[in-house]
Amino acid sequence: MDFLSLFTIFVLAVFVGFYVVWGVTPALHSPLLAVTNAISSVIIVGGLIAAVASKGIIDLSSTMGLIAVLLASVNIFGGFMVAQRMLAMFKKKK
Amino acid sequence: MDNTIFGFAYLLSAVLFILALKGLSSPVSARKGNTYGMIGMTIAVVTTLMLHGSGLDISSYTNIIIAVAIGGIFGSILALKISMTALPQLVAAFHSLVGLAAVFVAIGAYKNPGAFFEGGIISTGSMIEMSLGLAIGAITFSGSVIAFAKLQGLVSGNPLVFKGQHLINLIIFLAILTLIYLISMNPMNPENSQYFWMIVGLSFFIGFLVVLPIGGADMPVVVSMLNSYSGWAACGIGFTLQNTALIITGALVGSSGAILSYIMCKGMNRSIVSVLLGGFGGDSDAAAAVAGGPKGNVKQGSADDASFIMGNAQKVIIVPGYGMAVSQAQHALREMCDILKEKGVEVKYAIHPVAGRMPGHMNVLLAEANVPYDEVFELEEINHEFATADVAFVIGANDVTNPLAKTDPQSPIYGMPILDVEKAATTLFLKRSMASGYAGVDNDLFFRDKTMMLLGDAKQTTEEIVQSLNLS
Repeated sequence: MDFLSLFTIFVLAVFVGFYVVWGVTPALHSPLLAVTNAISSVIIVGGLIAAVASKGIIDLSSTMGLIAVLLASVNIFGGFMVAQRMLAMFKKKK
Repeated sequence: MDNTIFGFAYLLSAVLFILALKGLSSPVSARKGNTYGMIGMTIAVVTTLMLHGSGLDISSYTNIIIAVAIGGIFGSILALKISMTALPQLVAAFHSLVGLAAVFVAIGAYKNPGAFFEGGIISTGSMIEMSLGLAIGAITFSGSVIAFAKLQGLVSGNPLVFKGQHLINLIIFLAILTLIYLISMNPMNPENSQYFWMIVGLSFFIGFLVVLPIGGADMPVVVSMLNSYSGWAACGIGFTLQNTALIITGALVGSSGAILSYIMCKGMNRSIVSVLLGGFGGDSDAAAAVAGGPKGNVKQGSADDASFIMGNAQKVIIVPGYGMAVSQAQHALREMCDILKEKGVEVKYAIHPVAGRMPGHMNVLLAEANVPYDEVFELEEINHEFATADVAFVIGANDVTNPLAKTDPQSPIYGMPILDVEKAATTLFLKRSMASGYAGVDNDLFFRDKTMMLLGDAKQTTEEIVQSLNLS
């Protein structure tokens, strides 16, 4: 894809983010941090590409990829689970 | 298989991430949103493996599965064990990992261009995107490590300032930009790889330098800002990989963190620039001893006094602050409020936007103690109600109630929106000491006739009030 198309997607996504996040209730700003944390770990995609590319051979690039996969996994599982834990606590008046 | 389907899959995962954030508009929809987020992540991972791992036998995945398993188990244990008081540290630690992952991905791509770029050639444009992702990732990492250390109390929460700091930061910043320019002009020249490592090193260094001078009380801004950075780092890598899911997600997270930083700054009436320049707001206790002598008569009360006043009140508004989190008083507090409600007292909670050490921290702590979220209100929603309240019960908060913010243009907190607790018939302050808050400003509310101070540990005092209420 050419740079302009990607950049268009980027700018539109910034606007989507802007409006969606202003809609987040302030009471849930902590879970918001945890969830954004988890989803930004979609960077795992980059780690997977590097890890897969060397076809099972361990070289510098694939090692870097595997470390990135490991770090991002900590975040993905940790981020979503701690958000889930927080959200489970928010209860309405009985 | 046609690559179009993979493009659609990445789009789907990006849409699911947007829905995950959208869900957070209300506690009712938030849990479903979180599930969308998990599905989106699964789709992104599976799609990547199918797209790039086609033709590989299963054994090539062994290392990846091990890495995911180790990371996943470790992350899950952290998430399940962490105390809600320590959430800000956890979030800072998680941010550092996103930053570091971005650094490793960039190294991986730089060292094996064949896997990442068409024809194995890194173009100037790709190199710029990649080195921006690399630099922001490295800054996110080292900045978050310092933020973590400050929040965890490993290094002092006091701002660390030295002469020429801003000049040094500026020089390093310009050096990083120059290096990005140099390497991008001729990305495939192996001699230029030294620039690559210099970018990594300098970015780590400037991340440390930027967060070190920022005081503990400004941490809500720092945590939000690093959240934003982690998004932009993901974006940079997304452009490099030409991956739409990464670009969209990075942009969402980047703008989310930026909005939170803005809200936090507004909650303190500070500009983001003044926060970044640092030097403001150390640990509240550190400033205690030097904060000047008494400024008038202080009315001290006992738990029995407090329980008598609140037991006879019609409406009590609770104002929690970081002190409540430190002494873990939220459970005792909820118990106290339950008894008051049984006695027919109307109880509400008022949350200042910068209470605690991260955005929304107080809300989570109260939710943890089973306080229903529809009894908890934001500053704008509840501020007019203090005038009709019999008691404002301030537990572990100080500066956010200081009326000087409205009247004294000389005060460092002038212009900061405050909770109007002084308008309540009686203001009860639960504090450890008469010390001033993080801003180093005396709160003259302490010396007013309508104020009663309950000095001591917030949790212990609250428990004593509970006992006293039970006896009456």
